[in-house]
Amino acid sequence: MSLDFLYWAAAGGLGLAVLAGPLGSLMVWQRLAYFGDTLAHGALLGVALGLWLRIGGGTAVLFTCLGLAIVLLILERSRILAADTLLGILSHSALALGLVALALIPGARVNMEALLFGDLLTITPREVAAIWVLTTVALAVLGGLWTALISITVQEDLARVEGVRVGAIKAVYKLLLAAVVATGMKAVGVLLITALLIIPAASARRLARTPEGMAAVASALAALAVLSGLAASWWLDTPVGPSIVVVAAGLFALSLAVRPA
Amino acid sequence: MSVTVPLIALRGVSKHFERHPVLDRVDLEIPAGRILTLIGPSGCGKTTLVRIALGLLQPDTGTVSRAAGLRIGYMPQKLVIDPTLPLSVGRFLQLAERDPATCRAALAETGIPDLWGRPVSALSGGETQRMLLARALLRRPDLLVLDEPVQGVDVTGQEALYALIGDLRQRLGCAILMVSHDLHLVMAATDEVICLNGHICCHGTPRQVSLDPAFVALFGQRQALYAHHHDHNHDDHHSHDHG
Repeated sequence: MSLDFLYWAAAGGLGLAVLAGPLGSLMVWQRLAYFGDTLAHGALLGVALGLWLRIGGGTAVLFTCLGLAIVLLILERSRILAADTLLGILSHSALALGLVALALIPGARVNMEALLFGDLLTITPREVAAIWVLTTVALAVLGGLWTALISITVQEDLARVEGVRVGAIKAVYKLLLAAVVATGMKAVGVLLITALLIIPAASARRLARTPEGMAAVASALAALAVLSGLAASWWLDTPVGPSIVVVAAGLFALSLAVRPA
Repeated sequence: MSVTVPLIALRGVSKHFERHPVLDRVDLEIPAGRILTLIGPSGCGKTTLVRIALGLLQPDTGTVSRAAGLRIGYMPQKLVIDPTLPLSVGRFLQLAERDPATCRAALAETGIPDLWGRPVSALSGGETQRMLLARALLRRPDLLVLDEPVQGVDVTGQEALYALIGDLRQRLGCAILMVSHDLHLVMAATDEVICLNGHICCHGTPRQVSLDPAFVALFGQRQALYAHHHDHNHDDHHSHDHG
């Protein structure tokens, strides 16, 4: 029996893990976990739209997530509700709407478990390539904007007075996040993608003394979680996505034993 | 830059949040090279006015003009860094200026040359303010804008910080716009005081303002007395005894 599928799964998962480090660290610093959840839940709606319009699932999900990110950016700017409440409403509405829409599409047979918790073992070489293209582009963008992003995270007004284009850079970051959520959904599903972004970053905090250090350690921990989760899934016959998140959570628990750097 | 042209001029600036008016037709000119202090009770619109002057906020009505090529160094009122972000003092400064030598010089300028490697989360109130001041200096500013610069600093530290601010003005020749809620703290460090309560109640030298009926009505006798007490010590600018 060919083990190719396992190698593709590892390659795809590692691509996401590398990107999860810096992107997830920024999410943790800016407290955007809820924002990520909302995007992820919206991805389900994207799946329904894809089936409805008979376009490729990946494309539909990507554009739905990007569209949702733009809506969130506009709503945030207009300050209708506290951001937290707003995201709470949108996040769960999007999830419910996605589930209802999927049920309403005639003849649609959807593997709900794969959507919610991921299905890394059925990832295609094409999808792996898409992940690595995204990872490469996103790392280049994050690298170019890194100092500005940290500056905004630390003190937004100060960054603005110093000439940083705060609005544009925040928008770029959030669109990247949307693209990663849409792409990473395949690996760990809409319910767990935020975990893959947040948990390794949170675990890296005590192991790093600089923002870049934390991002790099987070990438390494995410990679470790992906590979160990895959191995666990192989030997114990457990679902892959949850296995990866369980390993990540275990690493987080271990990191609490480390004295802060 | 010509001394006669104001660095920033606000004309007829009004602003309200929700339906609550915060600023009502405020005129303000910030001249080059002088220390101007905005004073007023909390909620009087000081920070709003500063944010409008900086261009961080748009006024509902009125105009803001800034001198061409104006470089502003800004010290925000608060620095809340998420504890999950590992950041040293040196790195904080390098967010604004790549060159480490320039950053170290700014730290020396504000009296904390040894804190380069210290995590920002481990700084005292006074050290944090000095670090923020150092970052503002990195811009080689024509104008320093300091929003409550002694917040979270103990009384001795406050005097030292005001002395430093006065010193910096002498050395750098920049103008300073400062926000405070307490006149007696800034008496010695300021050239001109503007008392704000939604509109400008009174303005002038610290001495004039402290005796102005509008000021006394706003702050009560206590601060006015403090101010009066200071009037008799105006030779001794940097070592007032607040005991």
